[in-house]
Amino acid sequence: MTAALDVKGLTTRFDTRGGSVTAVNNVSFSVDKGRILGIVGESGSGKSVTGFSILGLIDEPGKVVGGSVLIEGTDLRALSPDDMRGMRGRKVSMVFQDPMMTLNPVLRVGDQMAMAVRVHRPMSKPKALEEARRALEIVGIPSPAERLKAYPHQLSGGMRQRVAIAIALLHSPAVIIADEPTTALDVSIQGQILAEVRRLADQTGTAIVWITHDLAVVSSLADDICVMYAGRIVERGTAEQVISAPRHPYTQGLLDSVPAQHEPGKPLPQIPGSTPQLSRLPSGCPFRPRCPRATELCATEPPVDDRDGQIVLCHHPLERP
Amino acid sequence: MTQPLLKIENVSKRFTRMPGLAERLVGRLTGGGKPVVVHALSDVSFDVARGEVVGIVGESGCGKSTLGRVVSGIYAPSDGRVVLDGKPVAHERGGNVEKLTTRVQMIHQDPFASLNPRMKVGETVAEGPRHHGIIPRGEVQARVRALIEKVGLEGAYADRLPHQFSGGQRQRIAIARALAMDPELLVLDEAVASLDVSIQAQVLNLFMELRRDLGLTALFISHDLSVVRHVCDRVAIMYLGRLVELAPADVLYSDPKHPYTRALFASVPTVGSGKREFEAIKGEIPSPINPPPGCAFHPRCPLAGPRCRVEVPKLAGAGASRTVACHLNDGGVELKDKAA
Amino acid sequence: MADSATTTGGTLAVPAAPPAETRAMRLRNFWSDYRQSWVALAALAVIVALAIGAFGAPFLVPQDPYDLANLDWMDAFLTPGEVGTGGYVHLLGTDNAGRDMLSAILYGLRTSFVIGLSAGALALAIGITVGLTAAYFGGRIEALLMRVVDLQLSMPAILLALVLVAVLGQGVFQIILALVVAQYAYFARTTHGAATVERRKDYIEAARSTPLPTRRVLFSHLLPNVLPPLIVVATVQVASAISLEATLSFLGVGLPLTEPSLGTLISNGFKYIHAGRYWLSIYPGIFLMFTVVAINLVGDQVRTILDPRNSR
Repeated sequence: MTAALDVKGLTTRFDTRGGSVTAVNNVSFSVDKGRILGIVGESGSGKSVTGFSILGLIDEPGKVVGGSVLIEGTDLRALSPDDMRGMRGRKVSMVFQDPMMTLNPVLRVGDQMAMAVRVHRPMSKPKALEEARRALEIVGIPSPAERLKAYPHQLSGGMRQRVAIAIALLHSPAVIIADEPTTALDVSIQGQILAEVRRLADQTGTAIVWITHDLAVVSSLADDICVMYAGRIVERGTAEQVISAPRHPYTQGLLDSVPAQHEPGKPLPQIPGSTPQLSRLPSGCPFRPRCPRATELCATEPPVDDRDGQIVLCHHPLERP
Repeated sequence: MTQPLLKIENVSKRFTRMPGLAERLVGRLTGGGKPVVVHALSDVSFDVARGEVVGIVGESGCGKSTLGRVVSGIYAPSDGRVVLDGKPVAHERGGNVEKLTTRVQMIHQDPFASLNPRMKVGETVAEGPRHHGIIPRGEVQARVRALIEKVGLEGAYADRLPHQFSGGQRQRIAIARALAMDPELLVLDEAVASLDVSIQAQVLNLFMELRRDLGLTALFISHDLSVVRHVCDRVAIMYLGRLVELAPADVLYSDPKHPYTRALFASVPTVGSGKREFEAIKGEIPSPINPPPGCAFHPRCPLAGPRCRVEVPKLAGAGASRTVACHLNDGGVELKDKAA
Repeated sequence: MADSATTTGGTLAVPAAPPAETRAMRLRNFWSDYRQSWVALAALAVIVALAIGAFGAPFLVPQDPYDLANLDWMDAFLTPGEVGTGGYVHLLGTDNAGRDMLSAILYGLRTSFVIGLSAGALALAIGITVGLTAAYFGGRIEALLMRVVDLQLSMPAILLALVLVAVLGQGVFQIILALVVAQYAYFARTTHGAATVERRKDYIEAARSTPLPTRRVLFSHLLPNVLPPLIVVATVQVASAISLEATLSFLGVGLPLTEPSLGTLISNGFKYIHAGRYWLSIYPGIFLMFTVVAINLVGDQVRTILDPRNSR
């Protein structure tokens, strides 16, 4: 079976006056039908650029310079711009942190959803509205027929994000890429949306890439996890592997710095230093200056270490019994 | 017991937005155009003892940021008063709020917005104490450097502009600015929320270290339950402008009593708990422009009875120095899940 | 835990920030951005040359056009390049009173610059005060000040200036006053717009809650952060003050011929243009055009550099 999404060696570079910056560096992963992949990283890790690169939505001065993006076997990077537009929304769609990136403030929800339906599938407007209503129902919006008549500003933030997810779902795409979709929402509303998303993946078989900075969210939502640092995936494995037995010192450090698992009031284990600037990365492993396990060897490119499908990019991965 | 440092007494804060001229004219015809009143805080009371850190937790619209600003003297309360060491923090004069003390200092959420982008950070730290004569003039430079070092940066950074620092470093500078005023009470409004996880741990450690060294008292406002648990002695849960539960952190986290507190705890994802169902709270957070009558949580509460729809529950003691505002607490409604 | 990848405690190792950015470095960066456009460079060169000509006029030109004793009726209407009774070449010819046009133009240019710059500076100061006050205090004060500004902006500046000059009378000081009243509204509006955005930012709230006195919040926190858009408006307004003054003088309500500005010269020469004596009006016109266009081009480039969307 081909994976819903298969990314190989994806590399995106930004050429600015200050020099060239590799925001996404040789990133590879795949997501099967109905699975949820979480991509975790801090600011500047390249997690969002990865999402945009998959959809070919990188603007100047950025450019995807290498790798392939296969959706159900079709390489998006080999497509013409027209064919690419045909894929977006139909085979792969995106949900942003701010739902107003998707929603048009001056159109009723129903009208813009019907328009989105008819872009790829010509049909009568009442039929399209019916499709829209069904999509709203799927994401758990109460009294969907009424919401179709509302303008985006009449909806709450959580409701708008559900509508954005419903729009992403309209054509039952193979893949949905969600970039920090619940970051701006309250926990109780986030809980509702996470529950819906889990159900959606199980029922519709859509593969979901969930990009976030929040370890807690991915650890309770995702099947597989990629940890990104300075444009690279430094660790990749099942959620179980990455969360309970991390092998990259960075992943371990991130997990350690979450307060929940420590005795209140005690100093938290911390990763020293600040998140790296892509324009000033050291040679070899980018985590080297902050890493407690770093040796001189780390000034050279770190090797890929694969154990039971848990892949780390490190000279000195943590050994687990 | 000694006098508490901070007393918040029946504080309410309402914001009124007057309609513009055009709206009023249209309102004449349509019956609209009336002033819109947002009930940001309703009758909030509690004390903070010297040396104590109290966490304020809640979702958007719960009034936690407004409470922080009332305590910091940025807003004056509409009703009630905020008293520090026996003296009010701010008063209103001629429509403008005048802050009466330098002893409360605030640290904002976004360190990219809270530092003047065109002022050297050393000057940002120095200007408050210099103006109020807190540091003798001749010693300002030396003290500023010492403070910047105290928060974990190099003293020489005083000559730089904010844009040369990372988010975590800027938050350290904001902390140094607050400390320069020799405060007795710090108000931290989501002070680590916009920082990366690895940087958040650094700043929390700094806060705990400073608290130990300087004996700080603080209000720690956050939406992050695990952060609050880690640094606070007592935790207050707020919902739609009201305090719904206040208890020592260990008591609250091990046995939340208010249905909202329980629901909040249940919907927070945690690291390492594995994949699980989210016990979502049903429904949306109501608007503070038109809060529901009775207990504000009743439309979403699984245990709500008829009394909850009409009568506002009072904050009352519930053992172990805990107070809860819920009719369940005084036996007015049957507990359905006593075991939970 | 032997496998722990982290260190505990303390406020360790914060990596060094890049070296402090000095004012000189920022200026150098600004200049290297400015140099990107050769049009802007040329415009700047034109302004510098005109300013040297204008302010160095007493040392550069053969004649003091203000001194009536220097004028000789015999020299009237000499064509460009002719030699007059003074024994020197009149490069741009002479006017009906025998004034050397080049001398008159450079002296006139000086008047124009002085009026443009002082009107611009005064209008800037007043506009900033009005705009900041309105934005910071809000409420009734804001409503009152900004409605006055709106009212003024709804009238053409030239009309307002005309009325004022008619009331105040002729003269350099009166003209400057009229221009300030006509132009401060643009600065007030721009300041108000930028300041209402800035005042909501946390750093203003932080300064107020320290607490710092209002004057300090206004002038050391709010003002420096609303300056960039004002610099752009200021250049445009200086250019516009120069052309407004020229217009007033052309219409005969500005400066008298005894202390000519460019507008007065154009107006004076206009009578003779049909007689083929083009140089009386055309040359001052060309100088005026170069001045105004060059200042606007410089302003454009400054706007481009200061635009946050172009920031690095």
